[in-house]
Amino acid sequence: MLALDRVSKTYPNGVHALARFSAEIKQGEIVAIIGGSGCGKSTLLRAIAGLDRASSGTVTLDGEAITSPHAKIGIIFQEPRLLPWLSVADNIGFGLADLLAAERRDKVARALTRVGLADKAQAWPRELSGGQAQRVAIARALVPQPEVLLLDEPFSALDAFTRRDLQDHLLDLWADTRPTLILVTHDVDEAVVLADRVLVMRPRPGRLFDQIEINLTRPRDRNSPLFENFKRSVLTSLDRSLDRSVPDRDATQGPGQAMWW
Amino acid sequence: MISDVPVLQQSSEPAEGVAAPSRLSRYARPMLGLLLPLILALGWELVVWSGWSNGRLVPPPSRVFATIADLAGSGELLRHIAATMWRVGLGFAFGVIAGTLLGAISGYWSLARRLLDPTVQALRAIPSLAWVPLFILWLGIFETSKIVLIAVGVFFPVYLGVMGAILSVDRKIFEVGRVFRLSGPAMIRRILLPAVLPAYVVSLRVGLGLGWMFVVAAELIGASEGLGYLLLDGQQLGKPAQIMAAIVIFAILGKLTDWLIELAAMPFLRWQDAFGRTKGA
Ligand SMILES: Nc1ncnc2c1ncn2[C@@H]1O[C@H](COP(=O)(O)OP(=O)(O)O)[C@@H](O)[C@H]1O
Ligand SMILES: [Mg+2]
Repeated sequence: MLALDRVSKTYPNGVHALARFSAEIKQGEIVAIIGGSGCGKSTLLRAIAGLDRASSGTVTLDGEAITSPHAKIGIIFQEPRLLPWLSVADNIGFGLADLLAAERRDKVARALTRVGLADKAQAWPRELSGGQAQRVAIARALVPQPEVLLLDEPFSALDAFTRRDLQDHLLDLWADTRPTLILVTHDVDEAVVLADRVLVMRPRPGRLFDQIEINLTRPRDRNSPLFENFKRSVLTSLDRSLDRSVPDRDATQGPGQAMWW
Repeated sequence: MISDVPVLQQSSEPAEGVAAPSRLSRYARPMLGLLLPLILALGWELVVWSGWSNGRLVPPPSRVFATIADLAGSGELLRHIAATMWRVGLGFAFGVIAGTLLGAISGYWSLARRLLDPTVQALRAIPSLAWVPLFILWLGIFETSKIVLIAVGVFFPVYLGVMGAILSVDRKIFEVGRVFRLSGPAMIRRILLPAVLPAYVVSLRVGLGLGWMFVVAAELIGASEGLGYLLLDGQQLGKPAQIMAAIVIFAILGKLTDWLIELAAMPFLRWQDAFGRTKGA
């Protein structure tokens, strides 16, 4: 279990980016974090990844405090961040340097097939489309089999069609080993199609505002009325989070409360 | 002079070039660049041959090549080339080592950069040839001062290239290394080195160019052998063909060594757009 306990972050320049963010995320759960721009979503994700340290509060994974990048935690950024001097296959195998060459080749080959890029193994990153590059980034993060995979607006730079395709693809890959997914997004549709639970944040300082359980079985039908209902409740919550006149709700009460209307 | 016939045929291709753009770009375009010098050389050869000019001050190509052949035949040429190559090689090696080390230190540690870089930049502002009298006083007129002068010329572009390349490595790519928990040495080997390599190769090539420039300066100052000595000797004894022969050999050697660097770097730079064309998409 991933436990966030009153995680706060104040940057050296004085920006109070994150204030007492607490949440508990079960192994294998898919959590979407949504909120206006600048409300500390990336800050939170970087703290979980161990890339930045929280000013106060703790991040623990199965009881182990996270203060620096951890083998069990992977992250995918908004940009694929592939290494341009490595072939697609070598990019995917980048985190497997400790393995024997044969084992690494094997895992990479399977990952390539799994993301549908077997024919691109020897291509250079610059020869890939945006969607293909992000798929390679997903494979690179998943191939060391992390327990937690963090995704910071991973599909926001892609066109709507490619985005949908990759969302389905991500779910497919997730089903293989069922890592915990924490996905930052600004796309309500994406949050509802992927997540078991949506955390809504509000800005200045960034904090948890609301959480909404998405009690829908997978695969989810984007056109069902129930799906629309969940979308509407996330949207309403998002609107309220940006409305300064709405007071903070105690978001730590537990799930289910978002269904109050 | 037979070889320019196919060249001329090649160069007539642009007229019909639209039909076969790939073949044109592969072979004809570099050939196109040879057209002008070949026409000029051939033209001058004809002018002298037909008696319009005696070609004493500007010897025709045939006389230049005859001089080269003479020098080569007596073994002189090899001796001069070896002397010059030796100087350039040593100066280049020292300049590259110093430039790489100091450039890497300045690029990596901002404290070292603050300490070191202003001084280097100030020294860079001095035209390097201004050092010559001092080097001669300090190191004598023989090999050491020449090699140091060449090394100084090579040092600056390499230093600037390495420092600039390290400073401009994308922080986001370092973060990929951090996520995969690379150790310091692994970070350097797997992220930093490949990222700076393209700029490094460029700086080496610029440095080598300056090395060739400075070897001429060094050898003009005083040398008993070397291509620069051939230049000076040709001037003093009024042998323009020998001067031009030395110039031609300088050009060939300069191009050849530059090409060697490019060739050595090619396997590591295939990922770049510029080198990707050969691979085919
Ligand atoms: N490295 C940084 N230094 C200073 N301020 C930062 C830094 N990174 C982010 N911030 C500030 O912290 C706040 C939250 O940023 P971020 O976590 O990136 O928001 P989000 O990802 O939700 O858009 C913003 O006001 C942003 O300007
Ligand atoms: Mg962000």
